[in-house]
Amino acid sequence: MQHFARLLESLAFTPARTGKIRHLVTHFRNRPDPERGYALAALTGDLELRKVTPSLLRALVTERVDAELFGYSYDFVGDLAETIALIWPTGAPPEDLPLSQLVGELEQAGKADLPGLIAARLDRLDPSGRHAYLKLATGGLRVGVSARLARAALAEYGTVPATEIEELWHGLTPPYDSLFAWLDGGEKPVSAAHAPFRPVMLSTGTDLDQLGALDPAEYAAEWKWDGIRVQASVDRGTRRLYSRTGEDISASFPDLLDALEFEGTLDGELLVRRGAEVAPFGELQKRLNRKSVGKGLLQSHPAALRLYDALLIEGRDLRADPFTTRRKALEGLRNRFDPDRLDLSPLLAFDTWDDLAALRADPPDAVIEGVMIKRKDSPYTAGRAKGPWFKWKRDPMVVDAVLIYAQRGHGKRSGYYSDFTFALWDGDQLVPVGKAYFGFTDDELKSLDRFVRNNTVERFGPVRSVKPELVLEIAFEGLNRSPRHKSGVAMRFPRIARIRSDKPAAEADRLETLKALLPPAI
Amino acid sequence: MLHPRPAGLYCPAGDFHIDPVRPVARALITHGHADHARSGHGAVLATRQTLDIMAIRYGQDFAGQTQVAEGPLRIGDAEVAFHPAGHVLGSAQIAIRTGGRRFTVSGDYCRRANPACAPFEPVPCDVFVTEATFALPVFHHPEPEGQIARLLASVQAFPERAHLVGAYALGKAQRLIALLRAAGWEAPIYIHGALERLCAYHIEQGVDLGPLRPATDDGMTKADFAGQIVIAPPSAFAATWAQRFPDPVICFASGWMQVRARARQRGVELPLVISDHVDWPDLTRTIAELDPEQVWVTHGREEALIRHCTLEGRTARPLNLVGYEDEAE
Ligand SMILES: [Zn+2]
Ligand SMILES: [Zn+2]
Repeated sequence: MQHFARLLESLAFTPARTGKIRHLVTHFRNRPDPERGYALAALTGDLELRKVTPSLLRALVTERVDAELFGYSYDFVGDLAETIALIWPTGAPPEDLPLSQLVGELEQAGKADLPGLIAARLDRLDPSGRHAYLKLATGGLRVGVSARLARAALAEYGTVPATEIEELWHGLTPPYDSLFAWLDGGEKPVSAAHAPFRPVMLSTGTDLDQLGALDPAEYAAEWKWDGIRVQASVDRGTRRLYSRTGEDISASFPDLLDALEFEGTLDGELLVRRGAEVAPFGELQKRLNRKSVGKGLLQSHPAALRLYDALLIEGRDLRADPFTTRRKALEGLRNRFDPDRLDLSPLLAFDTWDDLAALRADPPDAVIEGVMIKRKDSPYTAGRAKGPWFKWKRDPMVVDAVLIYAQRGHGKRSGYYSDFTFALWDGDQLVPVGKAYFGFTDDELKSLDRFVRNNTVERFGPVRSVKPELVLEIAFEGLNRSPRHKSGVAMRFPRIARIRSDKPAAEADRLETLKALLPPAI
Repeated sequence: MLHPRPAGLYCPAGDFHIDPVRPVARALITHGHADHARSGHGAVLATRQTLDIMAIRYGQDFAGQTQVAEGPLRIGDAEVAFHPAGHVLGSAQIAIRTGGRRFTVSGDYCRRANPACAPFEPVPCDVFVTEATFALPVFHHPEPEGQIARLLASVQAFPERAHLVGAYALGKAQRLIALLRAAGWEAPIYIHGALERLCAYHIEQGVDLGPLRPATDDGMTKADFAGQIVIAPPSAFAATWAQRFPDPVICFASGWMQVRARARQRGVELPLVISDHVDWPDLTRTIAELDPEQVWVTHGREEALIRHCTLEGRTARPLNLVGYEDEAE
């Protein structure tokens, strides 16, 4: 348990992704089976433990500590598990019980035995062990490690491609002995899962200059839809919908799952669609990250899939076949599709890159964010190879905004103000509309940092407000309505395109100008 | 009898204030931290080291006149003696006997071994005047040696990065350096300019700090700081000063680091729980050992300490003094 506690502590305080991966790799290397497997499962949220409630914990602690002193302490610390971990009176010397034993007990304990079990364990753990134990038991580790990051660490640990781990993942269960045996140089486990995730093929960006060197006759093109890339898989009665990183998102889309009347693995774009009309991205967002979906939402925001590739059909693996062959096979399934739920992304007709540029400049639908260009003879390969697939995005939208707050960065940006909040005019007020922390060069970062230091108005911890004098050209990929933001809008992928030192703040854009770029409301 | 006044705790029998927060005619000062030791008093009585530290911070003429506290002294109708408090170099508790009662004003104090100052000495009394900076039962400060081991393990794990350790300029910084030396770290330690004079003074007073170098050394490139330990007041991390180090690991040595939210708030990557104040077990143990008739609480988490005293059947009251800072840890 001590090793797991120390791992959680390091992860919680390490901001950088690479640093977190390094801590995880070290843990996988140093810990035996099944300890490392249970640590992994705790981080990826794959343990099925009986959930311990805050009221149970509160009752346990106030049997041992004066309630008033506990109250002052909780007010000060602000986190229940942490307060209890720190305040729990210790008698016997701590013992370092295996994580696997603690997990096993929590899995099996009956409801009536739970308080006694937890108290007995807290009695014999040290403070950081108690903290880790309580986070485990309450099911909220919150150390900034996604399942995806954990899988990236596994890939680095075993020096295997992350895509191979993603492919296996849904067939594995804690404590993942067979996975670790493979990563340690043994046999690769065979995926036992029905409808497993297959790693997806990704594209790289391009522009007219780069395309000029290529022969347009060797390429096919499609619209690039502003939805979510997904993989739909049907295998011996099991139906699954995966995000492009292999997260199983089936539970959020029962309506679409019902419509998957085929056997195979298809690649496409998840959209909210009503007949021919595709809804803006913001409406799709309402359907995401839900454990269950209400009837009303299913009706008002129907999910649909626009397909563009096939990896497997009826047991036949098409991934080594050229794009044109796979496309034909996909078209062969067409008459099984419920047209309200499933359709094909059309191929675009073009002879020259200029033809395609003209199509891209004037798409028939607002939910198109550019074009995809795919080499006709290319096989379906996992990962982001440069060459077979290109995305040629529509030019980003831009506004000129005023810098109003800056926050200090960490790691390589330590000591620099590198996270910027910017605002637009609404009457004579500046309303914050977003945050950007990339898009600038190292030299631009230095000059932004200098501006922040020389124009600070107020400081709040790591944040400074600055004189509203510097105009930034902000580029972004799309715009959603957002009741959570004061401005009522949220930008997608905002970044600092240019520093407009030449432009007075009074001439920055107005909020109305930005709102005019919103997709039409339903 | 002693009682609080707007300038601080006042003793009418001797007509003096202890650690006054605004200028007074006669001040007795427990230790050199800025919230306890201010400039501009008519006369100051303090230990030799506290007077030296005040002169380093405020200049030679920080007070009208100064007197070194040595042995028992008589001021008006009060008898006064200074005893080590174990908090920072020169820190003292002030024992006062007046009207047949014994008061111990402990200032800030700590009961853990500290290579940078003399250890705390329990002084029997009728009224114990105590701080309450870490007076919550969540504060159990671990042994500092273990925290130093965590720092050195991190230096080893990230050899390409510099370790930037935030530590207050008086006391914490020197204790940290002395602990690193005791743990076998022999390389030069790089220090921020704000620490230079106080470090030099500790060396003069016989505290072994080993080789120290200015962190602003012109001969050092960014890459040269890889694998090195740099110590600075935490305020320096917000300054452009921090830009000279390669991908620094931000560390902070403070008793507050026991609370995660505090560490996160400051963007600390490696929190080091090292405190120069008593934690809850040491604070409650000290009160039990001294077994005073009354406990008076100066600053910090007064309500919790008073609740503890009430549960133990002791008389306790808050002095509600203002002007002392938590952050000066
Ligand atoms: Zn102090
Ligand atoms: Zn103090």
